[in-house]
Amino acid sequence: MRRSSTAVLAAVLVAAMLPPHAAAQQATLIRGGTVITVTRGTLSNSDVLIQNGRIAAIGSNLTAPAGATTIDATGKFVTPGLIDPHSHMMVDGPVNEGSLSVTSMVGIADVLNPTDPGIYRALAGGTTMLNILHGSANTIGGQNAVVKLKWGRPINEMLMPGAPPGIKFALGENVTRKNSGGGGGGQAAAPRRYPASRMGQAEVLRDAFVRAREYQRTLAEHRAKVARGERNLVAPRRDLELEPLVQVLEGTRYVHAHGYRADEMLMLLELADEFGFKIKTLQHALEAYKIAPEIARHGAGISTFADMWGYKIEAYDAIPYNAAITMRAGVLSTLNSDDAGRARRMNIEAAKLVRYGGLTDDEALALVTINGARQLGIEARTGSLEVGKDADVVIWSGHPLSVYSTAETVLIDGTVFFSKERDRELRTALAAERATLEAAEPNKLPSRGSGRGQATDTTAAGEDHR
Amino acid sequence: MIRHSVEVALATVVFAVAPLSAQLGSYNPEPGPRASVVIRNARIVPVRGDVIPNGSIVIADGRIQALGTNVTTPAGAQVIDATGLSVYPGMMDAGTTMGLAEIEQGANATLDASETGRFNPNAQALWGINPHSANIGVTRVVGITHVISRPTGGLIGGQAALINLAGFTASGMALVPRAAMVMQLPGTGGGGGGFGGGGGGGGNAAARTATIDSLKRILDDAEAYGRSVDAAARDATLPKPVTDIILAALVPVVRGQMPVIFPAESQGDIRAAVEFAKERKLKPIIFGGRDAWRIADFLKENDTPVIFARTMSLPVRDDDPYDVHYSAAAKLAAAGVRFAIASGESDPDVRNLPYVAGMAAAFGLDRDAALRAVTLSPAEIFGVADRLGSLEVGKVANLVVTDGDLLEARTTTRYLFIDGRNVPLATKHSELYDMFKDRK
Repeated sequence: MRRSSTAVLAAVLVAAMLPPHAAAQQATLIRGGTVITVTRGTLSNSDVLIQNGRIAAIGSNLTAPAGATTIDATGKFVTPGLIDPHSHMMVDGPVNEGSLSVTSMVGIADVLNPTDPGIYRALAGGTTMLNILHGSANTIGGQNAVVKLKWGRPINEMLMPGAPPGIKFALGENVTRKNSGGGGGGQAAAPRRYPASRMGQAEVLRDAFVRAREYQRTLAEHRAKVARGERNLVAPRRDLELEPLVQVLEGTRYVHAHGYRADEMLMLLELADEFGFKIKTLQHALEAYKIAPEIARHGAGISTFADMWGYKIEAYDAIPYNAAITMRAGVLSTLNSDDAGRARRMNIEAAKLVRYGGLTDDEALALVTINGARQLGIEARTGSLEVGKDADVVIWSGHPLSVYSTAETVLIDGTVFFSKERDRELRTALAAERATLEAAEPNKLPSRGSGRGQATDTTAAGEDHR
Repeated sequence: MIRHSVEVALATVVFAVAPLSAQLGSYNPEPGPRASVVIRNARIVPVRGDVIPNGSIVIADGRIQALGTNVTTPAGAQVIDATGLSVYPGMMDAGTTMGLAEIEQGANATLDASETGRFNPNAQALWGINPHSANIGVTRVVGITHVISRPTGGLIGGQAALINLAGFTASGMALVPRAAMVMQLPGTGGGGGGFGGGGGGGGNAAARTATIDSLKRILDDAEAYGRSVDAAARDATLPKPVTDIILAALVPVVRGQMPVIFPAESQGDIRAAVEFAKERKLKPIIFGGRDAWRIADFLKENDTPVIFARTMSLPVRDDDPYDVHYSAAAKLAAAGVRFAIASGESDPDVRNLPYVAGMAAAFGLDRDAALRAVTLSPAEIFGVADRLGSLEVGKVANLVVTDGDLLEARTTTRYLFIDGRNVPLATKHSELYDMFKDRK
């Protein structure tokens, strides 16, 4: 009873937060701000003109077309929306299909919840895009989803059109379940499963790709027979497990591989070289700094934490200089959150790399903007402020790398999905609505001592999958 | 295998920087002796008192000897030219387990913050602190010079220590070896948050009452024990009570001499802790304090200080404002509640403290108040503001010289003084950086 009324309340509140619908078609002129394009320098006292969801012009003294909304950004900073290349937000239910170690057939897009309040909270921190991945329990975890955080819109409008498909791989302690046996980290005690060692996980990968290569050959032979006009053929049975791995072999699906230690990441790079495919990104990659030249030679990128370390054995040699070292070695590097909490302040995560490793402001910002777009294969669409790109834009109260700055207005495809002003209005409306609902007969609090303690406290649970 | 790689890495570090031993976590270089130093041409931010745009500060014998625009340089003092740099008092995080816990997962043998059993008032953090923890080195180089390191288990977890983050022995690091008792009351449930309110968890009412009663009994026993010890001391004809190290540890607590840290997050739990402390005449400090801002007036009325550690915690309720915890410190300040800001992080991440305070400042807390909340305010709450928390003549020389605003993530530390010792800025992390940054 209580639960369902809470659900009703949540649904009503979500509905109240829907952004104005028609705005995408309108023009918006952001006037007079310091425009940090990330890829094309920083322009003081400049304007950004948005039309039809795209950036139409960047420059000084631009003219607003008739009917355009003007946002005064005098004294403020304008940047591209932040991209978080490793998230488990919006995943409704378990993040691992943990029964097997190769679950390439499952797709995270099937279980995304567009009403996760984490979306709004991340938006309020200037984050506009997530790469949503499976957890790291499985050697091959499942197919990813790239979403724009269009709070209030249905999930099909959030999925980034044209983003190349990807797949999560994982290596190390989480796969070998060294920390799961005793129910640590909030997980139920896990049964022992192959692979239980770093030796085993290499063989799980080898086995999967041997089978994928044979499946690929079978498909190719069949296609050749069809092409030759042979008759009475029986098509090979479609294999949903191997199909995504064939796409990996053919370079049409990106591998985002969770790994911590240098040795396990090198194993994967060598195995990929052997089978002739590429690792697009090493995720977390906390010891990437030890093997930066090898990673650069393979051509993989890395997506890491700014300064998280020491929370488990394989994180004990992590250093906050990681991304600085890899970036300078020519590795395409990004920072990620892996956590709904951290996803709210990726700008500050980036700022830490100025302290640790001495990155320039633009280099630091690239870690959370354009480089993420490059790792997801959508750099032509987003990740920097350039004419023709999607208008994924954040207006900050001050320099985005300052702890004192906040995101004031956040646009995705030219539509405002967060603004402080609108948030204030919504708060008043929410408070009134909440009061009304609480006063309604079915929602009255039960008398004392009849189960008010049932409400769960979620602060301890978190959704970390580091 | 995992350990093997750690050892190999350690061995390599040891090879690179010879003085370090191969013990897990022995990365923190030796602080120099108590120096005689004058820092000149600095912007001095004393926290108590006005900013001095261009001044000097003299350190000797572990203390601040002079500061201002017109100070005499002692003969033989080392001179640091701080043109373009700023001097701040060192920061304090009042909510760590520093030195008691090295690696959270998969290395249980490195975890010493929690004892078995419910009543361990005699357990002292100080005896479990590893001064060579790698966490200590990486934390201090952002300008966090001293912390509360506290036990976490049971109903009475033990005694927290206030320690400097430099030194080769725990007792040598101790500023206040027995700084506070940690007492965890059972959760009240519901939390008084109203509709859908986040609760503090924990058991039914009967079990809670039984637990509280057991706590009251041991406090009664400690009071009686204290009285009998005193009586025997006054009157030699009375029998001397058998020494009880558990009750003896509680005597300063029940007499209101030693503060009690109550971890509490929900309104109900915070209220219960304050009421319990009032009833038992204890000296409470609320730690965590997620919902403290919702009952700020009550906390103000009872003059109960809060170590607020939830600035960066996600909102609990789906429809909470996104900034409910970012802005909580500002609300505590506006209501006149005594509070400090803690990072709320586990030890490896305590170094985020300045950015956490910065976040509170980004959401309404005055910038000076944010700085105070990680320097002078925690010192006041733990009764050590006569020695720590600001740059004033006579205070312990825990200070940091930076190239920018102390709370900014882009700021770097140039010099660090703890207990008047010049602390090298090398850490486990900088050692590994130096080792690998130029690898081809």
